[in-house]
Amino acid sequence: MSNPTVDHQNGRAAKTDLYQAHDYMLVDELLTEEQKLIRDSARAWVKKEVSPIIEDYAERAEFPSQLLKGLGEIGAFGPTIPEEYGGAGMDYTSYGLLMQELERGDSGIRSTASVQSSLVMFPIYKFGTEEQRRKYLPKLATGEMMGCFGLTEPDHGSNPGGMLSTIKDAGDHVILNGSKMWISNSPFADIAVVWAKDEEGKIRGMVVERGAEGFTTPTIHKKWSLRASATGELVFEDVKVPKENLFPDIRGLRGPLTCLSSARFGIAWGAIGAASDCYDTALRYSQERIQFDKPIGAFQLTQKKLAEMITEITKAQLLAWRLGQLKDQDRATPAQISMGKRNNVNMALEIARECRQILGGAGISGEYPIMRHMMNLESVVTYEGTHDIHLLITGMDVTGFNAFKG
Amino acid sequence: MKFLVCISKTPDTTTKIGFVDGNTRFDTERVQYILNPYDEWYALVRAIELKESNGGSVTVINVGSAANDAIIRKALAIGADDAVRINAEDTDAFFVASQIAAHAKDNAFDVIFAGKETIDYNGSEVPAMLAEMLDMPFVSYASHLDLAGNEATISRDIEGGEEVVSVQTPFVVSAAKGMAEQRIPNMKGIMMSKRKPLNVVEPTAVEATSVISSYTLPPAKSEVKMVDPENMDELVQLLHNEAKVL
Repeated sequence: MSNPTVDHQNGRAAKTDLYQAHDYMLVDELLTEEQKLIRDSARAWVKKEVSPIIEDYAERAEFPSQLLKGLGEIGAFGPTIPEEYGGAGMDYTSYGLLMQELERGDSGIRSTASVQSSLVMFPIYKFGTEEQRRKYLPKLATGEMMGCFGLTEPDHGSNPGGMLSTIKDAGDHVILNGSKMWISNSPFADIAVVWAKDEEGKIRGMVVERGAEGFTTPTIHKKWSLRASATGELVFEDVKVPKENLFPDIRGLRGPLTCLSSARFGIAWGAIGAASDCYDTALRYSQERIQFDKPIGAFQLTQKKLAEMITEITKAQLLAWRLGQLKDQDRATPAQISMGKRNNVNMALEIARECRQILGGAGISGEYPIMRHMMNLESVVTYEGTHDIHLLITGMDVTGFNAFKG
Repeated sequence: MKFLVCISKTPDTTTKIGFVDGNTRFDTERVQYILNPYDEWYALVRAIELKESNGGSVTVINVGSAANDAIIRKALAIGADDAVRINAEDTDAFFVASQIAAHAKDNAFDVIFAGKETIDYNGSEVPAMLAEMLDMPFVSYASHLDLAGNEATISRDIEGGEEVVSVQTPFVVSAAKGMAEQRIPNMKGIMMSKRKPLNVVEPTAVEATSVISSYTLPPAKSEVKMVDPENMDELVQLLHNEAKVL
């Protein structure tokens, strides 16, 4: 039997994952047996496959591509897609729990699964033709084919409607020009779901396959965040995209924003995973680390930190659970999802920072997962709608005034 | 080939153990249960592997209440085809073995698997009793099992070495570490497990043959005493009078 404590790729010793989940308000009792089994299975997979290697890959800023097959096998790609297209037909609460456990391992691994599921498979399923569904979804579900999502541009992040990428009608195909920035999975993706404006200025979605002439995917280097995830650009220079690759009916920002709602929902759950891993690490450390002849957990200031953390994690769990209920009833509004994403990611980021303090100097070391989570969460608090933009979405929802447009 | 795998529910390995009713009963309050690892990781997975290479079916069987359905569904999610739950409290090994034997008798299983022990009571009794009741050969603590036609070649870990046994089907085998590698259920397997049959069967009338008189927890670990390396006399005195090992 292979030794799970050694990374066989590079022969370096790996750490033992002591993680135990925390459920202060017995939120587990709100879950079905099936949802708990999904969560526990994902947790077991992360302990076995992700924890032993992730610190090393993050340190070297390398994507652990060997995990893709396993992610496909456990069903982390497109779990909510119906079985006839290769998915598992799972509910959204289960999808959220899966994202929670993957992000407990690493936000980058969760990002890869989020992008493939919510930003690639979901739009192909929701907006694609039957031919597109049959052609792409089964292979995307196994991980045999990987996808990425091109919306953000170098000059258009929070304002995607201002995008400059265009398509021009050229008979049986369109000519795509433009560039996309900060694209997770782009360096290795086989296909890209790309959004660009047509000649009438309407946003259209399409599938662009790797290998198309004029299509390149330069890698973005020098990231201090999501280091175990591959991020890049998408550059299109007169790329011919066959018309059968366009999504037939969807027009305007509603298309990409629908995808983002699905991904943001997963992030609201994922953040709980990252926060729990930090909290669990800091709690154990506070019980073992002795200063002034007693465990640092016996000091009031450490207790204040830990008590506030478990309170915030519990609130985030309940928020995510309720959001899951609404999503499963197809009632979750984009504004409700914004609140969940914003609150939970911010919660996780603040907890990561506090946990880093509890660990003192050890907190900055790769011997513990906290600094990695903390740096990852700086991306998560920014992508898929920044912390501020989500606040303004809630602001608009409650006041009726749009504060971020003109 | 028809494979039967006996599965048990055990407390999670991180459970804090306590007893109630005058130390005669395990305190089940707030205990999380899991599928017994020897049943799950080794017995069940090997049975599924053999089904995948030889064809046939894998049935899992459990003696317990409806509260056990969660671990039974997990076994189905990992890849068993169907499940039987004998609807009774699993009072002792004889009772459990008798219930499984009553079901197995009429169903012509070729190989009956169990884990080498459950991680709570560590009895290791059920598969041996079951073999006796069904008049089948029994191979215990098997770490490797190959099947060629009706003949199985089984390795057993013994003190200082390994023993290789061959046995004809039908037989009962208890699985130890090494027989297979853990399979984590995937999402499709979990969704599919809902649609697989879980047949609930009423128990046959059997009396348990033993009752638990009492449980005792191991003594709590005492604190470590630090002795100055210069002070050998104190160390010897402590080893004599307190630890009583000299």
